[in-house]
Amino acid sequence: MLKRLVTARETILLGAIVMLLALIATRFPGFVAPGNLASVFNDTSPLILLALGQMIVILTKCIDLSVAANLALTGMVVAMLNVAYPGVPVPVILVIAVTLGTIMGLFNGLLVWKLEIPPIVVTLGTMTIYRGIIFLISEGKWVNSHEMSDPFKAFPRAEVLGLPVLSWVAILAVVVIYLLMTRTTLGRAFYAVGGNPHAAVYAGINVGRTQFWAYTIAGALAGITGYLWVSRYAVAYVDIAGGFELTVVAACVIGGVSIAGGIGSVIGALLGAVFLGVINNALPVINVSPFWQLAISGGAIIIAVALNARANRTKGRVILKRAEQAA
Amino acid sequence: MSVMQKVLTTAAMATSLAATTTAANAQDMRIALVVKALGIGFFEAAAKGAEEAAGELGGTEIIYTGPTDTTAEGQIEVINSLIAQGVDAIAISANDPDALVPALKKAMDRGITVISWDSGVAPEGRMMHLNPSSTELIGNTILKLAADHMPDGGDVAILSASATATNQNAWIEAAKAVLPNYPGINLVATVYGDDLSDKSYREAQGLMATYPDLKAIIAPTTVGILASCQAVTDEGKIGQVNVTGLGLPSEMAGCVESGATESFAIWNPIDLGYAATYIAHELAAGNAAAEPGASISMGRIGAVTLDDTNTGAMSDPFTYDASNIEEFKSIF
Repeated sequence: MLKRLVTARETILLGAIVMLLALIATRFPGFVAPGNLASVFNDTSPLILLALGQMIVILTKCIDLSVAANLALTGMVVAMLNVAYPGVPVPVILVIAVTLGTIMGLFNGLLVWKLEIPPIVVTLGTMTIYRGIIFLISEGKWVNSHEMSDPFKAFPRAEVLGLPVLSWVAILAVVVIYLLMTRTTLGRAFYAVGGNPHAAVYAGINVGRTQFWAYTIAGALAGITGYLWVSRYAVAYVDIAGGFELTVVAACVIGGVSIAGGIGSVIGALLGAVFLGVINNALPVINVSPFWQLAISGGAIIIAVALNARANRTKGRVILKRAEQAA
Repeated sequence: MSVMQKVLTTAAMATSLAATTTAANAQDMRIALVVKALGIGFFEAAAKGAEEAAGELGGTEIIYTGPTDTTAEGQIEVINSLIAQGVDAIAISANDPDALVPALKKAMDRGITVISWDSGVAPEGRMMHLNPSSTELIGNTILKLAADHMPDGGDVAILSASATATNQNAWIEAAKAVLPNYPGINLVATVYGDDLSDKSYREAQGLMATYPDLKAIIAPTTVGILASCQAVTDEGKIGQVNVTGLGLPSEMAGCVESGATESFAIWNPIDLGYAATYIAHELAAGNAAAEPGASISMGRIGAVTLDDTNTGAMSDPFTYDASNIEEFKSIF
């Protein structure tokens, strides 16, 4: 039991994060102060939200490249709505954001399920479509801080029990998705579909519909992140979160989610996102040349993935040995 | 295209080629205004100015285009498509000074007038470059904006766009050159937010964490200045850290109102788009030649004089603060 816990990807990753923090602390001690760690977590919250959705999609052998575009379009719509009707209360905005995100995820899911188009092609297409729609509705204009209403901007910053609401949304999402993945039929179906699609069909699981639900959940999470992103940075324009979909996939991969599907956990995705969040927040304060920053981020990804690959291999062997012993 | 149309077009082209001496241009002149990326307020305003110039000049059609993200690759695709369309002139604000040279050379080989504006292209890739203002003047202005509100001196930091952005780097170099003129002002760091709001926000937070005594953040980029302003507001450091640099009045109104920004500067992008279009028209029509020492008309703005590298400056940057922001925020 202890050995399993020690060799688990999650534990290794947690160890890596702690080591990283220790390393950063030698150059900038203030970074590991509890207040700063909380702000790092808060800054990473959007990434965590998207990584959770992406994890589910990747588990089912698919990929969602449209999450960042979904986020940007939802963000732009709610921002423009706020400008046009400043009186609309935040709960209504939240409902609209989640609904809109869900619809976009649903659209991806339907294309993958009913038309059986390869997921990477579908989401590559919808990514461009969603970004294009932002152009159309905004005519390329920005929505700026002074045009947004104060309650609209205050929501993600409001402090509850010492943490901003943005952080709480991420924590809530982690708990809900964790329960979904471990305690519901649908959650187990995600693993089954990615682990062995043929076996899943024989077990009576509709592979296409399971993938459809994965996209829908990812869309809903992207939608809520869209509002939080726009209100946090207090600006909405076509390019917000440009290229962020790759960071999200990277967070999942670092977190031990197998790109081939079927392997991954909520805690893994959470830690993967936090790992990237720590790097992103640490590089500016430890005086690393900007020319090295990208290389360092990339290097960290490769190292993490290499460790994961090794961890996966040993785990596979152990299972086989057990099976032999049982026989 | 029907055969008849083809014959007519060929005939028309032949006529216009033959009639260069009379300089009579029956067909509309098509000028492409290529920007760093679509959807940026500054460039949208420049496009407005270009339309204004086209209206004044008459017989001119503006093609406002650019990639959807700020990459040289995207601009090369746009340039190739413009060459295929056979436009008369390309006026470009470049994402990279060197990467675009081969594509733009190809355009010039096909007889297309190529000028760069705002963010320049290496001399071999364009006929001339129009700077919005002189680099030295901008460098001095952004530093002065910070120094004006720091009577006792102190630490300032620069938050730029990407580490390879041509214009930002030139301004930062110019600012560093005049640093000795501002005793007590200490430039502690230059960081890069890549013109992404989340990265710029994080870099601004990092600056405030690393340099607790920081008095001002200078961001010579519209995304960076807004993100810094938001980061300063969220950290509760309004009044302690002054955010300044280059921004658009319509985007900066909130920052000036909240006090996070005392003042900032920008040249008028409408004028810039207007001037670039006017110059492109003059060159393409053969009314002027791009050579060192030449003076080319910019319509209502005056004339630009080219230096040894065929570069000219439009005008001085203009400072905006609480006293005039209301007036300008609805314009651009």
